[in-house]
This record gives sequence, structure tokens and C-alpha cells, in this order.
Amino acid sequence: MNVVVCIKQIIDPEIPAEQFKLDPASKRQVRGGLSLVISAYDQNALEVALQLREKAGGKITALSLGEPEAQGAVKSAMGMGIDAGVLVSDPTLAGSDSFGVAHILAKAIHKIGLPDLILTGCVSGDTGNKMVGPLLAEELRIPSVAFVSRIEAKDGKIVARRIVEDGYELVETPMPVVASILSDDTNVPRYSKLKDIMAAARKTVPVWKAADLGIDPSCVGPGGRRLEVRDVGVVQRDSRCELVTGDTPAEQAERLATRLRELKVL
Amino acid sequence: MVHVLVVTEVQETLPSRNTLEVLGAARSLANATQGAVSTVVLSAPVEGLASALFDGGADEVIWVEHPLLVTPEPEATVAALTQVVPQVGAHVVLLADDSAARDVAPCLAYRLQAGLVTEVTAVQAEGEAVVFRRPTYGGRCLAEMVATRFPVVGTVKLRSMEPAPERGARPGQERRISVRLDESHVRTRVVQRVAEEVRGVKLENARVVVSGGRGLKGPEPFLQLQDLAQALKGAVGATRAATDAGWVPVSWQVGQTGKTVSPELYIAVGISGAIQHLAGMGGSKTIVAINTDPDAPIFKVAHLGVVADFKTLLPPFTARVRTLTEA
Repeated sequence: MNVVVCIKQIIDPEIPAEQFKLDPASKRQVRGGLSLVISAYDQNALEVALQLREKAGGKITALSLGEPEAQGAVKSAMGMGIDAGVLVSDPTLAGSDSFGVAHILAKAIHKIGLPDLILTGCVSGDTGNKMVGPLLAEELRIPSVAFVSRIEAKDGKIVARRIVEDGYELVETPMPVVASILSDDTNVPRYSKLKDIMAAARKTVPVWKAADLGIDPSCVGPGGRRLEVRDVGVVQRDSRCELVTGDTPAEQAERLATRLRELKVL
Repeated sequence: MVHVLVVTEVQETLPSRNTLEVLGAARSLANATQGAVSTVVLSAPVEGLASALFDGGADEVIWVEHPLLVTPEPEATVAALTQVVPQVGAHVVLLADDSAARDVAPCLAYRLQAGLVTEVTAVQAEGEAVVFRRPTYGGRCLAEMVATRFPVVGTVKLRSMEPAPERGARPGQERRISVRLDESHVRTRVVQRVAEEVRGVKLENARVVVSGGRGLKGPEPFLQLQDLAQALKGAVGATRAATDAGWVPVSWQVGQTGKTVSPELYIAVGISGAIQHLAGMGGSKTIVAINTDPDAPIFKVAHLGVVADFKTLLPPFTARVRTLTEA
């Protein structure tokens, strides 16, 4: 079974608040010297793909769209054991919305060769739109299942565990299909071995441009956006935390209860 | 004149709370522009439902009946709505940002060649444009997105809008729209639904939520949290770290990929305060943080903080809560 996993390189979302800065012109986060990571759920998606390969064989390709630095993300996926990687990087594609991103990824997947299964993370750790997986399926005219924690392949079909409010659903779908992956205790990303990281670092990742893919310029870049991003502002949180102190836990407990009663929440 | 179409979700025979919130948002958008609110129900007419929807803010209820819509497969919903929206001529299509919308909204927007905004926390008209606000960067920022081409689809973040004030017996229109669907529209099928048992109060509706994180170091301490939640007549939640570790079910997760809660009281136990968790509980009225690490980011959002080990703090606190609430 062949799998393509779409991964996004983002600025580490767990940096402290004081290091978070926005560029007023692009309305995007300023990278500065901050570390780059593969968006968390994309890592879960890589793990799902690796486990499927252990059972069913096949080839896994990691596909990323981003700045030239995103070669690093593709290489770290290869360090985890992914067979091959491709980066699409072109300044004319920067600033695309999720529809544009889905269009670009679909074109790249056609160039790779349509696999049996395409995985994405269910939501990115930066913009958090939850859109690219299903939109990519629409572009490719194939079905999709969103927010999936586990996947089983059997009899040429996929059974996906889709997480819903009160539990989960088992969804049966033909292949090829797109699934957007949510974390759970079965898909915690594995640690890479040092020798695999070093071997991946020596590989070259092909970098494809817009012209290599036959991309429709009208639906990518800032001009292709369906909505205008007028403003992005940092939310100011009211950080006056009142500490409840005491000499013993019992005293702290007593004071906390009293304070909550005064605030009329108890 | 903004014409809004709300996709109704039915619970038993009434609109779900999520739908009432979306209708509330639609009503204020329509009121501000002398527009109208239609709502589509993907079922045969249900006794009493139309009047509940009129009460909730709809001017018009549209029934769309088809055998393939009896079980809610997302693909059938998308195919039906793709036919309904152009017939209604709505400018803005609003859905609740729940698990169904994750599959439905992007595919619907794609087929309508419409824009899409997810996790909308505010929507308003500005001249000919409609402006949406949504959290981004894990809730650190708020983005303003402007739509000038219609239709546009929005999914409304749960618990971020108020239902419309009741309007009493207000008459509205009802009509049916027929759609053409066949089996080829439904490629994915739900073969089994598994509900995880919830005892006591539902997390999303709870007035008090007691949540645990990585600091609990295992599943057993959640029993202590359950004790406290029970005393407060609340529900228990968890962070992604705790659900990923398999300590508690995924359905307990509060955060960007879990549930959004905005209770009167949120008690965070052993939770560091990762951005993705704050995205799900930042709107809580009063936040209490209990953590051994005084530098944990959770203290930056908490109103009341206790630097303490929950193992020794919770038993006397739970006992004290029982005395106070039973008195």
C-alpha cells in the first residue's frame, strides 16, 4: 500500500508568550531564531503511515509545501523511516489559503503518482483551519475522513476510526482516500535513531516549483485567497493571578474554598 | 441585506444547543442588515421543530427529505447542501463547528466555490462585506477575515455565541426543497458507532469542569478529580497529554482538537497550560490553577492559583466544598 503523508513545518507553537511576535505587514508570525518543527498531528500521521507499512508493505512519501527550510522537515520524516520526500517551494505560492494549498498538494500528488492513502494532520499547530485534508480530497475527486485516530486496511478497503463528540465511529471507505489524523495512544510518533537521522541528512530532497506542477496561478498566493485576512492581533490575557497561600495544604484548601465562595462561584 | 442559512442539527425533536447558538449569531447578523435567516433541516418535517427554530431566530424553515439523509453520512449531507444553498440564494452559510462540520464544511465550501472560515467566534456586516473573527496560532491571536464574495461558509465555534433571545410565538415560513441524491454520492459509510459512556454531567454543558493533565502522572489520580467534580456537580476534563497517554478517553479532551468549554468555574489540576489546551478553556469565567510549578504558564491565565501538590490539596478541598455546598 502506497501512502503520501502531507506535513507542514511550523514555528514551534509551544514557545513562551514573550517570544511570540507578529509581522505587521504579512500578519504572520515572525520566525526570528525560533525552532521549527513538524506540526504535531502531522507527526502522528507519519507514525500511522509507518505502522501501516509494517503490516502491509508499500512505499511512504512525505510531501511538504513551504519555505526552503522545510527540507529539514522532510528530512526528519525520512529520519523516522519514511522512504522518500518531496518539497514544493516557490515564492509565488507563499500566502496561499487552504484552498490554494490543497490545489498545490493535489498537483504534487499527481506528479508523485496517486497513492492508495493520503494522510494529513487534522489541524495545523499554527493557523489551525482544519481544512486541508478534506479540500485535498475534493481536488483529487476522492473521499475523505476527518479527525481519524486509527486506520486499518483490509480487503482493499480502509476502516478509519473517526473521533466524534461522544466516542468514535468506524468509517469504511474505498481507496484512494484522504484521512486527517488526530493523536491517540496508538500513534505517538516514534523516536528516530541517530544513524537514520544522519543518513536522511545526506539525502537530497527534490524541490518542485509551481511551473513543474501546472498550478493554476489564479487560485494560489495572496491573490487566490477567498477571504482577505485584514488583521491578526495578539489576544491580551488578563494575567492577574491571585495566589492562594497557606502553611499547609489543608489551609490552602480552606482559603481556596472561601475565596471561591466570596467570588460566588461556589 | 445579508441572507443567512443555518444548517440545523436535531437532537431528539428539538434544535441542538449548538444550533441555537449558530441561530443566535445568524439572527444578529440578519438584524444588523435587515436581512433574513433561513434554516435547513435535512429530514422530513418534525412536529414542533419549526416553531422552536422560529423561536430561536429563523424566519424560514426548509425541509429537505431524502432516504439517503436518514443516517447522517457527511457525504450525503454535502451533496444535499450543495444543491440547497444556490436555491436559497444565501450569502452566508453557518454550521456549528462540531465533529460533523470537520467533514462537511470544507467539502461544501469547495463545491460551492465559496470561502470558508472555521472556528468563528464573531461575525458582523460592514457595508457590503461580512467580517469573521477566529482564533489563530492556537488561540494566541485573533484574526479578522473579510468576505466580499458570496456565498461564504462559516463554522461557529461552540460556546462562543449566545442563542437569540426568545421571541415568543413569531410566525415563519416553511417550505420543502427536493434534492437528487444517489448511492454514488456516498462513498464512505459509518459501519459502527461507539459511544463512550459518560456518567454524570456532560463536559460541554457543565457549569464546573475539573481537568487533569500530565502532572497527574497516571490514570488513578483522575478518581480524585471525579470526587471533586461530583461535589461541584461538574464534569471531568483532560489535556491532550493525558488522553494521548491513554489515561482517560479521548472524549474527555479539552483543547484545540478536543472540546471547547466555557464553564463558570474551571479547575486545572497538574496542567502546565500548553497553548492548544488554552484554546479550549480560555473562555471560562473563573479559572483556578493547581500546580507544583509556580512558573507553569497556566498561572498566566488563571484567576486563582495554588502552588501545591494536588494529592495533598484535593482531599481537604473536596471535603470543604462538600460542607459548603451541602450547608
